[in-house]
Amino acid sequence: MADTEKKIKVAPVAKKVNHNPALKVVIYIVCIILTLLSIMPFVIMLVNATRSTNEIQAHAVSLIPSKYFFNNLKILTSKSFDPKVGFMNSMIVSVGCTVLSIYFSTLTAYGLVIYDWKLKNAAFRFIMAVMMIPAQLTTIGFYQMVYKIHMTNHLSMLIIPAIANSSMVFFMRQYMVGALPYELVQAARIDGGKEFYIYNKIALPIMKPAIATQAIFSFVTSWNNLFTPMILLTDQKKYTLPIMVSLLRGDIYRTEFGSIYLGLSMTALPLIIVYLILSKYIIAGVALGSVKG
Amino acid sequence: MKKDKFKGYAKWGYIFCIPFFLAYAIFQLYPTVYTIIIGFTDLKGVTTTTFHFLKNPFENYSFILGNSMFRKAFGNTIKLWVCNFIPQISLALLLTAWFTDRRFKIRGQGFFKVIFYLPNIITAATVAILFSALFGFPMGPVNDILQNLGLIKEPYNFLIKKHASQYIVMFIQTWQWYGYTTVILISGVLGISTEIFEAAEVDGASGWQTFWLITIPNLKTILLFTLVTSLIGGLNMFDIPQLFVFGGGPDNATMTTNIFIYNQAFKGSYQYNKASAASMIMFVIIVVVSAILFYLLRDKDEAALERIKKEASKAKKQRDKEAAKASASAGE
Repeated sequence: MADTEKKIKVAPVAKKVNHNPALKVVIYIVCIILTLLSIMPFVIMLVNATRSTNEIQAHAVSLIPSKYFFNNLKILTSKSFDPKVGFMNSMIVSVGCTVLSIYFSTLTAYGLVIYDWKLKNAAFRFIMAVMMIPAQLTTIGFYQMVYKIHMTNHLSMLIIPAIANSSMVFFMRQYMVGALPYELVQAARIDGGKEFYIYNKIALPIMKPAIATQAIFSFVTSWNNLFTPMILLTDQKKYTLPIMVSLLRGDIYRTEFGSIYLGLSMTALPLIIVYLILSKYIIAGVALGSVKG
Repeated sequence: MKKDKFKGYAKWGYIFCIPFFLAYAIFQLYPTVYTIIIGFTDLKGVTTTTFHFLKNPFENYSFILGNSMFRKAFGNTIKLWVCNFIPQISLALLLTAWFTDRRFKIRGQGFFKVIFYLPNIITAATVAILFSALFGFPMGPVNDILQNLGLIKEPYNFLIKKHASQYIVMFIQTWQWYGYTTVILISGVLGISTEIFEAAEVDGASGWQTFWLITIPNLKTILLFTLVTSLIGGLNMFDIPQLFVFGGGPDNATMTTNIFIYNQAFKGSYQYNKASAASMIMFVIIVVVSAILFYLLRDKDEAALERIKKEASKAKKQRDKEAAKASASAGE
């Protein structure tokens, strides 16, 4: 509907300017080349996951799956790569991080938007200032602190810090200012609602659209994080998926190409599937983040 | 009036914000201060936690600044970032110009955006190892394709060549990030009022003119956002170069400052003190560069408006003062 409306409006003006139809062909060709570039590495990976090392060495590129999937799986799991453990640990860390950062960032935003307190503006300015500081550069102090309290192989040390996520607080605040009318909170108070009850039952549901976007990005970011887990975790039973993946680069799998591709596929495929299902929201979320941020 | 409505609830503002600031103090502020302190001490060794301050407090700093490996890593980091940012932003601007030009009416934009953004969502560790397999020697897929196309006769060992491994790391970074930048720029263009574009069309502006004279100036804030976030990410580059070729690559060609810091602190003799000094040097560089970028690319019109306002209020004060004086003297 909206499209046709636009066309009608634009048509009388647009016909004056002739554009080069050859250029349009060029645009489509470039887009198709870029599409192939984006997809081909993953297609090769998935197909090669089902082929034997001999087949791969004879012809590394093929679009026809072979029948060595289970053989590759056996070789893959017979060594130190354990996708189940990696998957579980990554799941614990990512879900934990996402829940904590969503709940507490929204809580902080609520505190900044709904209440009027002395240090409110100072607090908000502080949050904006620390948003730009990259956490990676303070890892050594973080590691020393965690090491001193003997918590290096605890996943909780990757999860609890998510309570303080300054850029998410910023995003939630910007969204809340427009989405949560103060009168609604007032009305709930008159009905006898306690402050935390109002936050949980009224503010959180209203924030759902913002929460959905932020949850996806928070989950993906912590799922893909390599640096901090690599420093804190030395016990193989605690490895998250990105560290597990890094084992595939080691000597133990040197010539087992089929297994390497299978291991990579196991880590990439779930993300690809989830991404394709949620792509509409993710792309919209990227766009929204830039406009708001 | 509004103040009264808030009365009695102020303490809840503190209660709701305390968890954030508590967690921030413990997990970010304290580690930051701790990192700064370690940079001035002799802390090293895998199980050491006690330390002494150095006689010359800047010993670690002068060691790092004079260290040829750190300098090389810094040069590499800048090179890898610049050479991936320029093609990335150029490609993103080109795609944005094409996708938002209503005269082309490109179909399937939603599909293209989804596909271009796909590499960004995949774990960087997976991507890095996938590419090292794709560029494998002697029979990786890339060698296979190049030989079949007749572009090379003998398989080429990309991973032990200095320049080849650098180019591939740049390519991976560009490949992972141009889709993200494109989506952001397109959303920026869609935020510009359509009336401006219609007016330009009526005036007979070409697509090229419209893009350079209307789209780009209106995108300034978003371009700045992209530049700063990309720069911060680029100066922290770790996953791709670390896992694509181990240990900094051939002749340390893909050694970045973050890999250098990691190797100093968590390998060899565990020199936490020197790694902390290197971290702080990078920290200062990032803060200074972002501040400069924000200053240079700040909205000039807004700044000018601010200045005019200030001058106006100054003039007004002056006038008020004079008026007060005049009335005072008149009263006498």
